[in-house]
Amino acid sequence: MYQAFLVKYGEIGLKGNNRHIFENALRDRVLEKLKPLGEYKVTREQGRIFVECPEGYDYEDTVEALGRVFGVSGFCPVEVVESTEWETVKQAVVDFVEKMYPRKNFTFKVAAKRADKHYPVTSPEMCADLGGYLLEHFPELSVDVHNPQEVITVEIRNRAYLYSKVLAGPGGMPVGTSGRAMLLLSGGIDSPVAGYMISKRGVELEAAYFHAPPYTSERAKEKVIDLARLVSRYTGPIRLHIINFTEIQLAIYEKCPHEELTIIMRRYMMRIAEHFAKKDNCLGLVTGESIGQVASQTMQSLLTTNAVCELPVYRPLIGFDKVEIVEIAKKIATFETSILPYEDCCTIFVAKHPVTKPVLPAIEKSEEMLSGVMEDLVKTALETTETILVEP
Amino acid sequence: MEAYLDNAATTRIDGEVLALMNRVYQEDFGNPSSRHKKGMEAERHIKTAKERIAATLKCKPEEILFTSGGTESNNMALIGTALANRRRGMHIITTSFEHASVYQPLFFLEELGFRVTYLAPAPDGSVSVEALREALSPDTVLVSVMAVNNEVGAVQDVAAFGAAVKDYHPEIVFHVDAIQAYGKYRIYPKRQNIDLLSVSAHKLHGPKGCGFLYVREKTKIKPLLYGGGQQKGMRSGTENVPGIAGTGLAAALACERMEEVQKHCYALKEYFAQGLSALDGVTLHLADQRNGEAFGEEEQKERLHRLAPHIMSVGFAGVRSEVLLHALEERGIYVSSGSACSSNHPAVSGTLKAIGVEKELLDATVRFSFCKDTTKEELEYTLTVLKELLPQLRRFSRR
Repeated sequence: MYQAFLVKYGEIGLKGNNRHIFENALRDRVLEKLKPLGEYKVTREQGRIFVECPEGYDYEDTVEALGRVFGVSGFCPVEVVESTEWETVKQAVVDFVEKMYPRKNFTFKVAAKRADKHYPVTSPEMCADLGGYLLEHFPELSVDVHNPQEVITVEIRNRAYLYSKVLAGPGGMPVGTSGRAMLLLSGGIDSPVAGYMISKRGVELEAAYFHAPPYTSERAKEKVIDLARLVSRYTGPIRLHIINFTEIQLAIYEKCPHEELTIIMRRYMMRIAEHFAKKDNCLGLVTGESIGQVASQTMQSLLTTNAVCELPVYRPLIGFDKVEIVEIAKKIATFETSILPYEDCCTIFVAKHPVTKPVLPAIEKSEEMLSGVMEDLVKTALETTETILVEP
Repeated sequence: MEAYLDNAATTRIDGEVLALMNRVYQEDFGNPSSRHKKGMEAERHIKTAKERIAATLKCKPEEILFTSGGTESNNMALIGTALANRRRGMHIITTSFEHASVYQPLFFLEELGFRVTYLAPAPDGSVSVEALREALSPDTVLVSVMAVNNEVGAVQDVAAFGAAVKDYHPEIVFHVDAIQAYGKYRIYPKRQNIDLLSVSAHKLHGPKGCGFLYVREKTKIKPLLYGGGQQKGMRSGTENVPGIAGTGLAAALACERMEEVQKHCYALKEYFAQGLSALDGVTLHLADQRNGEAFGEEEQKERLHRLAPHIMSVGFAGVRSEVLLHALEERGIYVSSGSACSSNHPAVSGTLKAIGVEKELLDATVRFSFCKDTTKEELEYTLTVLKELLPQLRRFSRR
């Protein structure tokens, strides 16, 4: 059975002089993900990362973990043959095919590489010799060098490596190579997906959740922590700021036009999230907004909420339809948690007909009604914020 | 201060019951089916539990079947009876405000081709025996009624139901869901013509995941679980001996102190009702008004006593129950919110709707439920908190 994995990375390989930074980061992220599973040896070598598994490792768990490392474009389970002696390797390849393919009616080709150019057999010789040898053993096989169903690869290094299957990785770039961002995390479907998407580009995540007891329950808060934990399986540990938002919401509710409540509330959320973002050296805010999905996500609304931010606001889902977002949510396993029916603060105070085309000066004017009150409320909210580290 | 006022959801286990269970877990832990001494000791606990329960119901110990709780008891009663009697007929009668563990199995039986009649309650929460008589038909095999409604505490006259059923045809099986009634009222199945009676232990300061079904002898019923033939083949699976022992003791204790607890709870209820009536925009469901006209103090008291001793369903106009629940929780007070609607079956409405609660209160109703340990101080505290909270919450109600 497989004793190692060959991890391939796509676009990192195209980097220039700083390529090693990305490669080292990827090696570290792979190692971190595998650490809870045992003593894996992870090394960087010539345009890829090699993972050696410990004795008695769990194949499924390992595959699952590697599938969650951003920057991995694909990975191959590898059978390691200790001897590089050509006849031994040939026999090992036959055994490999025998074991891996219960039905042997496919087309194939052999790919061979040798690191040591003094190895007595050249690569083309290896391919030809092995192809013939396999056909001899398994007459149902047929060779197709242009469009094979299976590519059986043999690499001769200090040992021989055999592999044929390539499993898909999540792609993207290793976390920690792009800076940090603050995600506005609600209990919904979109924001965890937005967090996943931005982190896929190598971004480290922090998150802000707005809690409004008694209008939102303890369970709603638990749910958000659970969602952060699910996302952290991909992104690594997330610092989650839990902001007590009740008083702010009530003040807006009392003093501002009801149909503008959501938009003004969003503006305060952005302001508070930005406060923590700047404090923790984040380079941007992240939201799960997509144009036109709800009243607060029309282009006019986005403009209005965006106006309070100095940091850029990244919206990785901006062009996505709900079904596309749901698809990703299911893939990263946040969907089931997201749809648990606990109310969050955005739904409880919603107006029947919220503004869909807010005008910035009008909203700013409405907000003036809060002056004298809001400063203290925001200050209290910042002071009473609870910050927890959510780990996978 | 903490006030646990959600005793209709579950109760704290009795220390004595826990001690017994602990002993069974650690010492008499044998499998009752084993032939050796350890097995016999375990079997003895089951026997004792049966005897204790039988004494409270004035029935035979052999008529007690242990289950995993109220839901299983109800499922077994309904599905087991329907399947055993389907050749006689395919008609079942129940009410339109049963617990989910009754109507969900009935929906399942409807899928199998059974016809179910759902009797609607009057605005006072009672289902008329006349309506039952009219619904009975030659192919009726089963009638199922909840003795005490879990949401509003409405009490049914099960004896009158039993009489009507047996009067029509002695072979029709009469099931009573007594999960909120057992230990609160005296129930004697023989006298009340009850064939099947469901009880849950954790509502009586007993263990969770335990309960029993009284099955009157000669009642035709099919098992739901098949296997090693335990409990005379009626419910296979190694018996939960500690749970059964705990159930037996909890049942005995509950029935022993029944009158005392009844008195205690009604006194609490009167006190609480008085306090609540002094607050604005408060409705005591089934107890303080009819068609918007308030009852006098005497009538209110009389009505409170007609409802179950431990359940009080209260509407707070202009306050969402979910929000009130969490606001109370922040102050250490634990209650349940009344569910506005619990199913989308056309014949089954939520309990509150069924008893004609105004639309505005459907989503603004909270259930307070008491037990032997509930104190006047807890209620006093709750009233103080409500007095402070209600105006605050109403200021921010949904526009």
